[in-house]
Order: sequence, then C-alpha cells, then structure tokens
Amino acid sequence: MASLPSSSPDEHQSFDRARVAADLRRLLGAHAVIASEEGLRPYECDGLTAYRRLPGVVAIPTDGEELRAVIGYCHGRRIPIVPRGAGTGLSGGALPHSEGVLLNLARLNRILAIDPLSRTARVQPGVRNLQISEAASKFGLFYAPDPSSQIACTIGGNIAENSGGLHCIKYGLTVHNILKLEVVLSDGELVTIGSDALDAPGFDLLALMTGSEGLLGIVVEATVKLLAKPQCARLVLACFDDVVKAGAAVGNVIARGVIPAGFEMMDNPTIRTVEAYSHSGYDVEAAAILLCELDGSVENVEEMLGKVETILRESGATSLRVARDEAERQRFWAGRKGALPAAGRISPDYYCMDGTIPRRHIAAVLTRIAELSREYGLRVTNVFHAGDGNLHPLVLYDSRNAQELRIAEELGGKILELCVEMGGTVTGEHGVGAEKLDQMCVQFGADELDQFHAVKRALDPAGILNPGKAVPTLHRCAEFGAMHVHKGQLRFPDLPRF
Amino acid sequence: MPAIAVSEKPDARKEFREIIRDAAERRTPLRLQGGNSKAFLGRATAGTVLDTRGHAGVVDYHASELVITARAGTPLADVEAVLAEHGQMLAFEPPHFGAAATLGGTLACALSGPRRPYAGAARDFVLGVTLIDGRGRLLRFGGQVIKNVAGFDISRLVIGAMGTLGLMTEISLNVLPRPAAEATIRLERDTADAIRTVNEWMRNPLPISAVCLGDGQLHVRFSGSVGDVRAAAAKLGGVEVEDGERFWSDLREHRLDFFRQAPALWRLSVPPTTPPLSLPGRWLIEWNGGQRWLVSAASADEIRRAAAAVGGHATLFRAEGPQESVFHPLAPGIEKLHRALKAAFDPHRILNPGRQYETI
Repeated sequence: MASLPSSSPDEHQSFDRARVAADLRRLLGAHAVIASEEGLRPYECDGLTAYRRLPGVVAIPTDGEELRAVIGYCHGRRIPIVPRGAGTGLSGGALPHSEGVLLNLARLNRILAIDPLSRTARVQPGVRNLQISEAASKFGLFYAPDPSSQIACTIGGNIAENSGGLHCIKYGLTVHNILKLEVVLSDGELVTIGSDALDAPGFDLLALMTGSEGLLGIVVEATVKLLAKPQCARLVLACFDDVVKAGAAVGNVIARGVIPAGFEMMDNPTIRTVEAYSHSGYDVEAAAILLCELDGSVENVEEMLGKVETILRESGATSLRVARDEAERQRFWAGRKGALPAAGRISPDYYCMDGTIPRRHIAAVLTRIAELSREYGLRVTNVFHAGDGNLHPLVLYDSRNAQELRIAEELGGKILELCVEMGGTVTGEHGVGAEKLDQMCVQFGADELDQFHAVKRALDPAGILNPGKAVPTLHRCAEFGAMHVHKGQLRFPDLPRF
Repeated sequence: MPAIAVSEKPDARKEFREIIRDAAERRTPLRLQGGNSKAFLGRATAGTVLDTRGHAGVVDYHASELVITARAGTPLADVEAVLAEHGQMLAFEPPHFGAAATLGGTLACALSGPRRPYAGAARDFVLGVTLIDGRGRLLRFGGQVIKNVAGFDISRLVIGAMGTLGLMTEISLNVLPRPAAEATIRLERDTADAIRTVNEWMRNPLPISAVCLGDGQLHVRFSGSVGDVRAAAAKLGGVEVEDGERFWSDLREHRLDFFRQAPALWRLSVPPTTPPLSLPGRWLIEWNGGQRWLVSAASADEIRRAAAAVGGHATLFRAEGPQESVFHPLAPGIEKLHRALKAAFDPHRILNPGRQYETI
C-alpha cells in the first residue's frame, strides 16, 4: 500500500489528547467530544477503508458558533482539523489526523429554509444530499447533483468534493448548483462566499471553495439551487457487438444535438458480472451496453427518443429496448447501479479507479486497459459515465496474495497515467484525498503543485485544515495508492456505488 | 469529426512569459489587453500594454465532445462562427461589446448574456485554463473534460478576475448544441408583477431561455424542441415578436434605446425575486430579476446601499471618465482573501494592478 500522507503542519506542539479533549469539552459540553479509543474507532476511516488512522479527538459541534469555537481553539494551538460529513468519500479525504481534531459535522443537519419562488434551499452542511430533494419535492423541485451515495452523503461533503452523479452531463456538478456558502476560515473568521444573487463581486471564491476537499475552509451553511422536476424520463438500452462502435455511438448522439440526462456504458466483463447479480435482462453476449436516459416534457422526450434510436441503430446497435414503464426503467438501471457490489461477488478484492478521458478515446482506452490487464494478469471490468467521460475501471485482485495487491496498484497506476496521457484526469469525481496524491504528480508539474500550495497558504497560513490531503508535497511524488475493497466489503455495503 | 487544426499563427506564449518576467523584475505594471472592447469596464490602470491578439486560433474542437479549446487572443466572433458551423454555441451567450472582443477578454470579465440563468454563467462552462502567473510561469489547470476534481479549481477562480491573477493564454470550454427552435413573446406587465410571474414560471419545466422587462413590457424567449417552444408560447400567451433574435442580441450588446441615453450605467446583481427597488431612474431587468440595469441620478453610495440591503451588489458598468470605485466594495474578510490570493499569483502586483480593486 502506498504510504499515508504524513500531514503534519509545519509547527504544532506535541498533541496532548487529554488536555485537548478537556478544553473542547469546556467549549462544547461533555457529550460533544470523544477521546476514548473505542469511541474513536468508528472514525478511523471513511469510504476508503484501506487507509485507517485513529483521530486524536473527535469534536461534534451542534451549530456554527460551536464550530467556530473549535476552529479558533485549534488555530491558536496549531492543531490540525479534519472535517467529516457522512464519511462516505472514496478517496480518504476524511482520513483522521492522529494528532488532530476530527470535526464531525453530523449534528449540523437542519434544512433551514426552502424558498419555492427563488428555487433555493438553505441548508446546514450535515444535511444529506437526498434529503434536499425530498424536502423540495412538494414544490415540484429537486436538487440536481445525485452522487450514488446520495442517501447518506452530506451536502458539506458534496461541496468539499464537487460531487457529480449520474446526471452531470445535463445538470452539472455541485459547483454549478450552489449559490452561496457561509465558510469558517482557518482562523475562525466567518465569511460569506457567493450570494443570493447570481454572482458576487471579485474573484470566484465559490468555485475555489467547491472541491477544495476541506483544505481551504469549512462550510457551515450552503444555499443551493433547486430545479423544476422534469415531466418524464425514458431509458433506452442498446447492445453493441463492439466497444469501438458503442464508444462512437455516444459521440454520435451528442454531436447530433441531444443532451441525455444520463448516458452510461458497460463492457462485456461488467455485463456478465452484473447480470448474474441483478438480473436486469442484459444480453451477456454483448460487447458493450449503453444506457441512455432522456428527460423533459413528454412530447420532447418522445421526439428525442426517436432521434436517439435512429442514431444508435445507425451506429451499429445490435438491439434496442426502451423501458416500457417505471419498473422496467428501474430494472435496466439496477444492473448498472450494482456494478461495484457485483464485482465484489466475483473477486475477493477490487480496486476502483476514477479517471476521466475525452470521450472519443474510449475505445482506445478500453483496448489499452485490456492489454494492461493481460500484461499484469489481473481482470479488469469497466463501467463508464460515457456522457461525461468518467471511467471507473475495477481491477480485480486478491489481497491475501501480497504480490497481487502490489500488481493491482501498479496496473491501476498505469490506467490513470493512460487517462492523463489521453488528455484526461486522474480523478473525475472521487477526489484526491489521501489516495491519489501520487497520481497528482503525474497530472501536474512542479509549478502547478507549487501554485496549489500557494493557494493553500493564502487561505490557511497556519496549515491546519485537512493538512497533507489533496495536493502532494513535491518530494512525495513517487508511489501510487488506490481504493481497496476487501471481500466486497465496502464500508457502506448497502450504498449503491457507480 | 476531425479536430480543427491549430492555426499556423505563431505561438506567442514564450514572448508573453518574457514580457511578464521582465516586468516582474523591474516591478513595472502591465495592462493586459485583447481587443480592448471592455476598456470601459473597471478602474483606470496604467501600464505597458500586453496585447494578446498575437496569440490566437482555435486549438482543438470536437463537436461530439462538446469541448472547444482556443487561444485567449482568438476573436470571440471566430469561436462562435466555428461552433455555429457544427450547430453548437457558447451557451452563456457572452456580450461582445465590440467586434474586436476576444475570448480571453470575455472570460477575464466573466461576462454572460441573457441565457445565463437558464444555461449557466461563463465560469460554469470553463473546463481548463492555461495561464502565465505574475512570475512568468506557465501553468495548466483543469483540462478538456467535464468531470475533473484534481487540484483546486483555479480555472474558474481566474474567470472574472480581470487579468489580476494571471494572463490566460488558452481556454477550454464546454459548449452546447444550439436549440432546434426559439421564439420570443411580448406581454404587458408592470415590474413588480412581472418579477413575481417569471419566477413562478420557473417552478415549472418551461423552456424559458431569456427574460427582459422594462417600460411595462415583458419579453420572454423560449428555446428547445419545436413542440416545446410552441406549447410554451401558447401557454403564456402574449404577442409573438417577429425579430426576436435581433431583440436579444441588441439587449446583450447594449444597443437597445435604453442604453443610449446613459451617461452612467449601473448593473445591479440582486436575488432575482427581490421586488422593485425604490431607487430613482430607469430600469431594464433581465435574468428573472437577477440582473438589473439602472440609469439613475442617485449617488453611488445610495445605489450600493440599496443593492447591498437586499443581498446584492452594484457595479458602475459604464461611466464618463475614470472612476475610483467601479465594483462593489468587498466585505473585509473577503478583501483579505483577495489580497492573499493576489500575492500568491502575482506577488509583485504587475498584472492589471488596480483594474478591479485598488489593492488588487
């Protein structure tokens, strides 16, 4: 396994757990501080279970003022702070600091207001993603970004990661769907970033803060945009006898002016794996399957549906099925959404990559991944957010064999390097966290990394906010790490992962 | 579809880097300039002009990827023409404010047009930026893909920074298909009623793509499939405007009569549902109420106070003669962050110093 980020801020006094816990109890009350080993244990990792570390202390503030008090306290003593929402992240962004405070934001979980006229919701960071859409539903509105963990993941975590979901191609990422943040900076100062208007004066700090993985500030309140729910959604399932044709079909649909709400692709190994698990009715002989979802008005969806069917057929689809009703639509989706748990059934371990590539290179990338798979002697299955180019290859291995683990990591590294080589990125939506620090060195040069550090210093001169994550130090740029899942045991096995 | 080949035009980045390094050494300010079409916007600055137009051309464009990459000095009109050939567009509908407008200048000013609330702002479509910082380093952030969370989002941070954080040399943008159909209707509505009405409409999945409200008239544009556009126009009633396209481009480019009489033009960006403000003067309102143009004799202080009181901000968009304060003053905590970021990107303060704010 790649080494954990060392993560010490430049200067902090040695950490005295009992003392810090006592001080925090005075600020927050005894119920809001955890310092016993058994109490700390549940916090030792997030969704990336390969990386574990006990936090120094866990603090659980109940409002913004308490949160500011904790940050102010830590700032004065140069104690590292690691913010944590639901802990569902897949890149170890909430991996604790052994000499720091893990800031659990779970109790800041109130929806403060929903304004149907301005189509906005004002929420605390611990509110779950799906909760917002549920609360907005009675107004005919929804919150668009829908990461697969949306029943559990929090909006604060979504903002920290700039989360996407299945519908990014049409509805955008978190950064496109938020208006205003109340942020506590590393010195405890509260600032308002963005506004209730459509823009704010000065630099686009809202964009800078989104996806900053807890390194630049801690969100204590967010105002998000809500959208009118589309009238209807229809799903097309298309089979191909060739991944090259399937890849080209995706581009053909988009080039002809259709923006699907979701556009997913699975290769044959994935199809076989998931069909055995979810019985979605996929053709297990198909080289690739595309799922294309269209939403909008009934009339428009019908019109697009006709167009998409024609384009897919012209692109060489061997069979086309349109889900007849909602139940069939859900069944078609079930296979795709169960791709990760299904992989856990056929392999003791898998290792999930998160690269993005320009879509036109999908066939070349899949071909190269197949070659790498043969070269390294490990199976790889591929699921792909085809609409936006985000690829999740799953490298199947057995961690009981130490050799295989090392090989899986090396193969994974090669895949991410391939994504960068093709003009893509090492992480499309899972974040860098503690996991992809090494891959950052492949994607960025020393000057860019230096500039990221300069930005970090500008906002957090003391270096106490989630230190050591997201941006590697230059001397670290050597090894490779990855997401490991042992025996299909994701930390949240019930959450869909796609 | 083949990529558009890189133009044979010279690559001026090396030259730009030398100019910036030299200016940094001498501590002499530079005035970054494209077509100079937005010279009216911002505080007056002194400095040696660095003209970006020598670094022009579309570098890469794949219609099926919905991504175009162009050099900063590329005329905005050229970018739009290339996209139009393939039935695509810059969905933020940027104003040009002059034929010479460049892509870099447009994004440095973060200008978006009538479609902004429905499709997104300039920054929403930015995928990657190559820029030269105040020490002359060439830095690449983001890329050519829609989903990318590697590193801080510096590509979007510099959009709207008016050149104060770095000189953009190349920009990758997400583009969208042009709608199959558009139609514009006109209704008689007073301001308060219209602001409320359009926001009520937005609670339904209507294909609204622009709204303009002034002098008791409400213009609404629909974009989408032929059927959706026709159905929406029928549903909302009003009179269909024959030359709708012309109306929206005149609005976007400030060629409507409203803008002619203006010695000083204010732009108020406020929460869209805000009722009419009681400032004296003439108003033209867009973006569901979010962007409000004001020609007024009221003092800058009064206008800024009124905008701030409702949670918005006010920009002195056009004025006669150089102005001390153009953009809305920043809250102290935010201003401190701006200074820290400026120092991180341009430690010698040579890139457009003072163009946006005195201390930046």
